[in-house]
Formats: sequence, structure tokens, C-alpha cells
Amino acid sequence: MSTHFFADTSVLLGRSMRHIFRSVDTIITTAITPIALMLLFVYVFGGAIRTDTDNYVNYLLPGIMLIAIASGIAYTAVRLFTDMQSGIFERFQSMPIARSSVLWAHVLTSLVANGLSLVIIVLVALLMGFRTSANVLDWLAVAGILALFTLALTWIAIIAGLSAKSVDGAGGFSYPLIFLPFISSAFVPTETMPGPVRWFAENQPVTSIVNTIQDLFAQRPVGGDIWVALAWCLGILVVSYAFATAAYKRQIA
Amino acid sequence: MTAAAIQVKGIEKSYKDLHVLRGVDFEVAPGSIFALLGSNGAGKTTMVKILSTLLKADAGAAAVEGFDVAAESLQVRQSISLTGQFAAVDEVLSGKENLILVAKLRHLKNPGEIADDLLAQFSLTEAASRKVATYSGGMRRRLDIAMSLIGDPKVIFLDEPTTGLDPEARLEVWQIVKNLAHQGTTVLLTTQYLDEAEQLADRIAILHEGRIIANGTLAELKQLLPPAKIEYVEKQPSLEDIFLSLVGTGTGTGAGVQAGSNESVKDRS
Repeated sequence: MSTHFFADTSVLLGRSMRHIFRSVDTIITTAITPIALMLLFVYVFGGAIRTDTDNYVNYLLPGIMLIAIASGIAYTAVRLFTDMQSGIFERFQSMPIARSSVLWAHVLTSLVANGLSLVIIVLVALLMGFRTSANVLDWLAVAGILALFTLALTWIAIIAGLSAKSVDGAGGFSYPLIFLPFISSAFVPTETMPGPVRWFAENQPVTSIVNTIQDLFAQRPVGGDIWVALAWCLGILVVSYAFATAAYKRQIA
Repeated sequence: MTAAAIQVKGIEKSYKDLHVLRGVDFEVAPGSIFALLGSNGAGKTTMVKILSTLLKADAGAAAVEGFDVAAESLQVRQSISLTGQFAAVDEVLSGKENLILVAKLRHLKNPGEIADDLLAQFSLTEAASRKVATYSGGMRRRLDIAMSLIGDPKVIFLDEPTTGLDPEARLEVWQIVKNLAHQGTTVLLTTQYLDEAEQLADRIAILHEGRIIANGTLAELKQLLPPAKIEYVEKQPSLEDIFLSLVGTGTGTGAGVQAGSNESVKDRS
């Protein structure tokens, strides 16, 4: 009964949000590794990195945020996997509710949890000297791109959560995603990289997203990068949503 | 009412090369307790999953309360409740929150009141605000069954409800199942314990290698064997009798669990 979709989704969202607030450590864990990376790169490597900016924290923050999202979505996969294992997923599926609510509640929870981690990271970055003159509209644009990126990766996490055979498998798929920002313009300008690596770095999704957010924070006009970034995010979203739906159908076939 | 609460005709289901159900037929009368008896891997859980709309059958038809499980799955889900093999409870939430969650998903008014009533009925009031992760196996199973009763479903599926429970918790679950049938709920339970089927069920069907090889009341099934021979055997107390008398619950194997006792189950943990 699709008329209950919003009511059911919000009840289930409330449930997963309770999970998050009762294990605040997951939010802190998600935030702590990116913060450690940020400290490492700013105070250890940063002095030796030439980025054409006088403020390396400003340069670094967008990439750090993407790493946080890539590691944060692993928890979504694990939460979904745990639901499937415990049998509560089957209980929900055998009840007269909007069935898709079960997945959407996990997706929305992922957005909220990652949002909270990002707020913590931005606060730490401010303490470390991050400064921006970005106005409200710029911030909204940054939030929008990050939300779209989270949504796209979350649907990948849903595929992993639905089809994994073990908890490690459910969480492990995110490692390559966490690594992508390192081979991008997130830490150093791509100009310094050798040919094939540079080509990869300049043509993978993270670079366009990082460049767009860097431009928005620095109040530079955003170039074509924003369209490339949006195209990547929407493309990943559509493909992963299709695969997630197929994986879900296999579960109930 | 003469129409069967559950009708199963020629249901088949395979997982790749594994032919789990090879044409299963049975009917369950409204308000009765029906036991599906079989060893591990006999296909009991697969059958329950098909009836509770979690799996689609490859062939055959099944109806619950007159609704086809494939074509009218929503109506089926409105009539049933599933208590799966593993207690499907949310470990992070408290017992009360689990009950409220289900009441809200069933779109009922006063979820808090419904939760309190069930907590009292299942002797979980004291543990109501504790995380379910701290519950014992028996408490977890009681909460699990309580969650299944919300919304007064006409048909309840219990998939191996006592597997992994200690003898006391097992007797409690038996009492709950009997009370359910007294109230007119149709119960389909699967079990691998012969005594469980014997104690609870109005009818017993034996599922073996994907087919029902016997189906009837206990008396009818007994007639399948040659008439009983009378032998005299010294009656030794079973370990269960000893255990139960030592821990002082005062209920021997048979005596305490006969039908008709309307006493609510007490928390002895």
C-alpha cells in the first residue's frame, strides 16, 4: 500500500536513527580517520606540498569530506546486512507495509549520519585554519553535491548489504572508494603526476567533485567541473540504484 | 466456517539444482494448530517463507484466508504474522520500543498502550525499558512472539519456535501457542521435535524430501503403525523431569503443559 510509504519510512528512519544515537561511536569513528588524515597532511606532509594556495587546509578539506563519506557508507551496508541476518528484515517484509520503505529508511539514515560526520570534520577544519568567504548559496551548493555523492555511494552500499555473505564483506567494499580521493586532485594538484596516473586522476569522478567544492569555497567561478561532477554522481546513482533493486528482487524471488 | 485458513496445492520450489519442495499439499482448518514436522533441511522454512510472501513458489498455488499468496500478497500480509527461526527483534531498542515499532508499522492507534498490555501479558514489564541485547533467549522469544500478536493476525506462522530454548522457556512457548489457539488464531508451526508436535498440534504433517508423506491427527498417525504391543518397562525419570523438579518449577514433562490451563506464562528467569 504505497499510501503508507512516507509514514512507514519515517517510522523505520526513527528506528535506525535510534541505532545511530545509541552508538555515537560510529559517527565519531567515521569522522576520526579523515580528521587524522587531515592533521597528517596539514602538519606533516603539507609543508612540502606545493598547491598554489597559501592555505593547505582549504585545499584539502573537500577531499577529506569525500573520504569521510566513502568510509561512512560502509556502516549503512553493515546495518542493512545485520537486519537481514537477524530476521527483522523478514519480519518487516511479511508485514503489510510499503516494502521499499525498509531500504529507503537505511538510505535516509546514511544521509543524516554522514551529514553529522561532515559537520564535525568542518568544525575541526575551522580550528585548523580553514577559512572561506562562501555565502549561504555556495554552502547550499556544496551541501547539495555532497548529499548527491552520499546518495550515489549509499546505493552501492545497499547492493553490498543485500548481497554480502559476511559482515566483513558488507563493509569491505568501501576500501577502493576510500582510496579514490588519493589518486585525484584532493591532496596534490594532478599536474605533478606521471602520464597514465595523471590521466586517471583527471578523469575519475572525485577530481571533478573536489575541484567544484574547492572553487565554491574559494569563491572562484565554478567551471565545467560542476557539470562533470553532477553527471558522475547522477550516473553512479542511476546504475547503483538499478543494481540494488535487482539485488533486492533476488532476495524476495 | 468451513473454508480452510491455509490451502497449499502442489507447491514446488528449487534453489538452483536443489529441489526443496516437490509438490506439497495440505490444508489447515481455522483456529487449529497445525504442525509441520521434519528434519533439518526438509523444506519447512521454505514452505513458511512461501506462505508468508517472502519467497515465490516455482509451481503450485497457496492461499491464506482465501487470498492467493502470489497475486494478493498484500491481503495475505494483512492476515498473517511471522515468527521466524531466529528471534526477529531489534537488539539496540528496548522491549517496549520493539513493540511500539511494530504497532506503528501496522498503523494502529495507541501503540504505547498496546505495547504495555503485551509486556504485561508476556511478563516483560520489568524488562520493558532494557535493551533487548540484555535479554535471555526465552525473554527474546517471548518478545518475538508478542511482536507477532500485534494487530491480531488471523494466522500465525511459528518457524521452529522452541529451537535453542531451555526446557522452561520451551514450556512457556507451548502455553502461549495453546492460548493463541483458544482465542481462535490459526497456528502453523514447524518443528523438528516430535514431542512438540505431539503436545501442541491438532493435526500433524510430516514433510520429508520435499513431500508430505503423512498428514493426520496424532491418533490417525498412530494407526499407520502396527497395533501397540504391551511391554512393561521400568519408568525412569527423564533428565528433563529431574531438571524441572530441581529448579522447582513444579511442572513435570507432561502434567504441567496439558491444554486448558489459562494461567498466563510467568517470568521465572
